[in-house]
Amino acid sequence: MSENEPTEHPANATVSAGEPRFLTQDDLSVDTHQVVAPDGSYDADEVPDLDDEQFQDLYRWMLTDRVFSKRMVNIQRRGELGTFGSTRGQEASIIGSAYTLQPDDWLYVGRAWTPMFMRGVPMKDMIMFWRGIEEGQQSFAEHNCQIAISIGSHLPLVAGLAWGMDLSGDDAIATAYLGDGATSTGAAHEAINFAGALEVPALFYCQNNQYAISLSAEEQTGANTLAQKALAYGMDAIRVDGQDVLAVYEAVNEARKRVRNGEPVFVESVTYRMDAHTTSDDPTRYRSDEEVDAWEDADPLERYREFLRAEGLWDDIDHDAIEAEIDAEFDAALEEANAFEERGVEEIFAHVYAELPPDLQRQSEEFSDLLERRPELYDYIEQRPKG
Amino acid sequence: MQATIVEAVKDALHTEMAADDDVVVFGEDVAESGGVFRATDGLLEEFGEDRVVDTPLSEIAIVGAATGLAMYGYRPVAEIQFSGFLPPAFDQLVTNASRIRWRTRGALSAPMVVRMPYGAGVRALEHHSESMEGAYAHIPGLKVVAPSTPHDTKGLLLASIRDPDPVLFMEPKRIYRSFRDDVPEEDYEVPLGEAAVRREGSDLTVVSWGSMMPPTLDAADEADADVEVIDLRTISPMDTETVVESVKKTGRAVVVHEGPRSHGVGGDIVAHINDEALMYLEAPVERVTGFDTPVPLLSMEDYYFPHPPRILDAIEDALSV
Repeated sequence: MSENEPTEHPANATVSAGEPRFLTQDDLSVDTHQVVAPDGSYDADEVPDLDDEQFQDLYRWMLTDRVFSKRMVNIQRRGELGTFGSTRGQEASIIGSAYTLQPDDWLYVGRAWTPMFMRGVPMKDMIMFWRGIEEGQQSFAEHNCQIAISIGSHLPLVAGLAWGMDLSGDDAIATAYLGDGATSTGAAHEAINFAGALEVPALFYCQNNQYAISLSAEEQTGANTLAQKALAYGMDAIRVDGQDVLAVYEAVNEARKRVRNGEPVFVESVTYRMDAHTTSDDPTRYRSDEEVDAWEDADPLERYREFLRAEGLWDDIDHDAIEAEIDAEFDAALEEANAFEERGVEEIFAHVYAELPPDLQRQSEEFSDLLERRPELYDYIEQRPKG
Repeated sequence: MQATIVEAVKDALHTEMAADDDVVVFGEDVAESGGVFRATDGLLEEFGEDRVVDTPLSEIAIVGAATGLAMYGYRPVAEIQFSGFLPPAFDQLVTNASRIRWRTRGALSAPMVVRMPYGAGVRALEHHSESMEGAYAHIPGLKVVAPSTPHDTKGLLLASIRDPDPVLFMEPKRIYRSFRDDVPEEDYEVPLGEAAVRREGSDLTVVSWGSMMPPTLDAADEADADVEVIDLRTISPMDTETVVESVKKTGRAVVVHEGPRSHGVGGDIVAHINDEALMYLEAPVERVTGFDTPVPLLSMEDYYFPHPPRILDAIEDALSV
């Protein structure tokens, strides 16, 4: 470089002298996208371009989500499941987003079960999953989806799936559903940065349902929003009203288009977990009735019904008949799940490796032999295929 | 007082927080809700929000920050909600907590405790059932403790918090509430690195710890022989002397643990016996362990434990030679 050329700061073209200026959260204004206001009002020009059948479809899936959670909590209380995490209150957030996904997309979820049914997973397999039967996840995998139990652990996998789609030139995206709590894990931050740096078709869909077990979203992070975290990783973000199914649909649909072009996107959906973390949790220990009541008033199904009434679509929807159909589907699924037979002990050793190593084979045989020689072992063992 | 294991944990935390202002308790859901197993219930009310802290969902930071607090002079007691969620923080144990003393030639240290419920049997989802003490005991510089009785739980936890080195305190959640035991209200320690002889005998030695102690004692009671039962209590550093002396006396041994068989603590105990008591052995040392598989999900998790008939089978095998 000659001495006459202007110099540039190596890190940034713009330099400033004087008092250092703090970059603050107030530099950032993050809007929350909304189509239908809590009072049911909306601007007809802003409604996403869906036909009447699709509008009704969204309602049906939201109702499926609500009925499924209710029935699962009920059978857990009867001792027919180990535990269960209800999604009540998050129906718009879950359905509006999943409705945009295509069959070749991959879906890795936390707290979103109905999207699997939308992709063709039988309800029976979800019941089996919550009964602790490995075949549940096998069925999910056949429909390009999985559930992550270890919070945040799935985000790097989703970055890798998306990378594979990019390498293969496939017309698909990989989606991670995560919660507010997951945004505090190291795995999430590494994965979001990684996806942003490699520009892979990954969609990070964060349902901020305000609680990670007992910890509120305000206590989870000092950041004003979760959406803004993506910006630091060079990734664009949308914050959306998670109680407004049309806003969620529109936001994620637009996000998916960008992701498909190799621009990963992070979406924060602001919603609320109405029920306990799981059936083992007692939320009255850490949140007030007033708070829960306020969110009950922001019920996503009710808000969407206001929209359907205004559009003249509600008269064609027989809510009670749909609910009865979903209940019947659940009854049939439960019956099918109950028909699942006890498995042989060799199942414990299956699928640990592609090929069973000799020592593991020996452990399996010795255990089968022991069960025959000492049937009193069954006094201590109960196989519970029915929960 | 009569207390369960989880009540003994709570009592030890109350005792030490009252005795030492430097003790800070933190983790996910430990403060406001008192922990998912209620092990930290009441601490927030008694000791306030500076010393009892609900953290973000960040295992790496929980263990790493505990190390930093300890280096700065505090006595952190961090909780990992389930042992299946410790793996992300494995790096902090291996890279920092266990090495600070060694790295600084003793100029710094990390006197800290990471508490976590471990083991299967509570019918939860995947990652809520692991017994990975073998992996953790493999880290030089880290102590690994697993109590099996309410009395020992309080004494070992008090000793762990006061220990000059980092301690991974593995709580047997399957027996968290399964029985009560006399737990002194006063302050006492059960020293780390000392096994306990739970049952004296002359024919055979069984070594176990944590959640496997009740089935081990049941099997010893059923055996048609005079069985000695050793509760290791501290996995690392291990009280090999108590084990070796017992085996020299009995000439036969069985090791029982819940975690996978291969590359586990059981193999290490057998090696110690071979090193120091080989010529006293009258039979090969038996291992009764979990399988070399992930813990089955809840519909089949019962199969995974070494239940008393499995332990008894091994005892009879060792006696038959």
